[in-house]
Amino acid sequence: MEQSTSYPTLSAREALDAIGAPVVVFDRVSLAFDEKVILQNVSFTLIKGHTKIFLGASGAGKSTILKLILGLLNPDSGVIWVNGERVDRMTEREMMRVRADLGMVFQEGALFDSLTVFENVGYKLYEELRWPPDRVESRVKEVLGFIGLAEYIDRMPSELSGGQRRRVAIARAMAAKPRVLLYDEPTTGLDPITATTVGEEIIKLRDLEGVSSILVTHQLRDAFFIATHAAVRDGDGHRIVQADEDKSEEAEFIMLKDGGIIFEGPPGDLRRSDDPYLKTFLS
Amino acid sequence: MLRASTEWLKSALLEVQEYVRLCGATAAASVTRPFYYRDLIQQLDHIGVGSLTVVVLTGLFTGAVLALQSGITLDQFGARPFVGRLVSASMIKELGPVLTALMLAGRVGSGIAAELGSMVVADQVNALRALGSDPIRKLVVPRVLAGTLMAPVLTVIADLVGILGGWVIAVFQLRVASSLYWSSVLEGLYPEDPWMGLIKPFFLGFVIVSIGCHVGLRTSGGTQGVGRATTNAVVAASVGVLAVDFFITRLMITLLY
Repeated sequence: MEQSTSYPTLSAREALDAIGAPVVVFDRVSLAFDEKVILQNVSFTLIKGHTKIFLGASGAGKSTILKLILGLLNPDSGVIWVNGERVDRMTEREMMRVRADLGMVFQEGALFDSLTVFENVGYKLYEELRWPPDRVESRVKEVLGFIGLAEYIDRMPSELSGGQRRRVAIARAMAAKPRVLLYDEPTTGLDPITATTVGEEIIKLRDLEGVSSILVTHQLRDAFFIATHAAVRDGDGHRIVQADEDKSEEAEFIMLKDGGIIFEGPPGDLRRSDDPYLKTFLS
Repeated sequence: MLRASTEWLKSALLEVQEYVRLCGATAAASVTRPFYYRDLIQQLDHIGVGSLTVVVLTGLFTGAVLALQSGITLDQFGARPFVGRLVSASMIKELGPVLTALMLAGRVGSGIAAELGSMVVADQVNALRALGSDPIRKLVVPRVLAGTLMAPVLTVIADLVGILGGWVIAVFQLRVASSLYWSSVLEGLYPEDPWMGLIKPFFLGFVIVSIGCHVGLRTSGGTQGVGRATTNAVVAASVGVLAVDFFITRLMITLLY
């Protein structure tokens, strides 16, 4: 007698929300500008709720990876999947749908100079999602409270310090509750204390809001801090604690060199690596 | 030498191709949703109201100097009372539209190129795209529409102020009777002249603002690049204004007269 096996059927959204679901997939992606090869057969997968941290020398193609995910650039070959949609051949108009579920923190913040902190953070909500004003105000106050800048709501970007600008940029990126956040050098140029504050915001978003993240950085200290710490709820607030080994393995480092990946693994493996280039980079 | 010329030609053709593509995308975005009304109103205010002072001063002094210079020439023929004809015909058909456009190229074209150029080098245009806004719809369409609509309004103001400037000189310097000046102003115009003066600024306004947007959005090379873009926008828009003025005038003479 034939036995039938039944599998639970999931909608695309449910499948992507499931634990272990891939949210960003690069499959043999290559890109060159004229003669200069930027990326060559780069493949990796970002799992829901995890973090990928890209390291590499200047010009190694780290920021290019973020621009490819956002569709600001198209690859020469290879396939890119973001939240279940193939984006490598999408038009600008089609990409708008994918970008609705992505947030990006640019180098230096890229805040709009002519808008206040409130208008910057709420930009996507009132301009693109057309939320009613009271709902926008409530969400903006909520995210500014989350990053500890509620009192700066009416300031202009020129009135903020470098660290505050990065944190407002994080607030702007998270305001529409995207499932994936991309950070381009979020702590570069900041003093160690401010860099730790920005790092804590990234950890909070990952562990308390369940946001998957891709981080591009030169700052090894900040990268290891983000990879090896976790945020836990503590009453009405939260605490940043040392992550256990399982949690630390959810953050993976990827080292880029000459357009390719030369290392991919958790922080412990990176520290223990015998590769001379990695040792030089980490020293 | 040949290689350098080929490279220059290729780069010039690329610029033209990208400009035409921007104009096409702007036209398509102007008639489809989403549309940013608030930005359009801001730009109407910035380009229209913001340029009023410079346009009024330009019109006033141009009309005045025109009356002053033509008064001397007309004296040779004993035709001083006809100074109003010369001022009105020159201002409405040619000087009003062209000088207003050149002033707008200096003030608005350079400002747009600098603003958009700064946004490009500070990654703000990429940030807009990442936040789900199309830079053509958000930045270019409101500016192009505002420039195209406000240039004729500003030209009419410059024409009127110019004729007024001419009246001041005609009455107080050349001692022409005020009534004679005003009747001469109207007599000097063909019925088609106001159309010529009204239609041309639409094209000139479009040229100035679209060139400013094109140059601004193609800025590269940091703050130095922004400075270069600003200069290029003013030069290209000024030459564009004079060239387009010639071709539109030629076309309208064929069609209207």
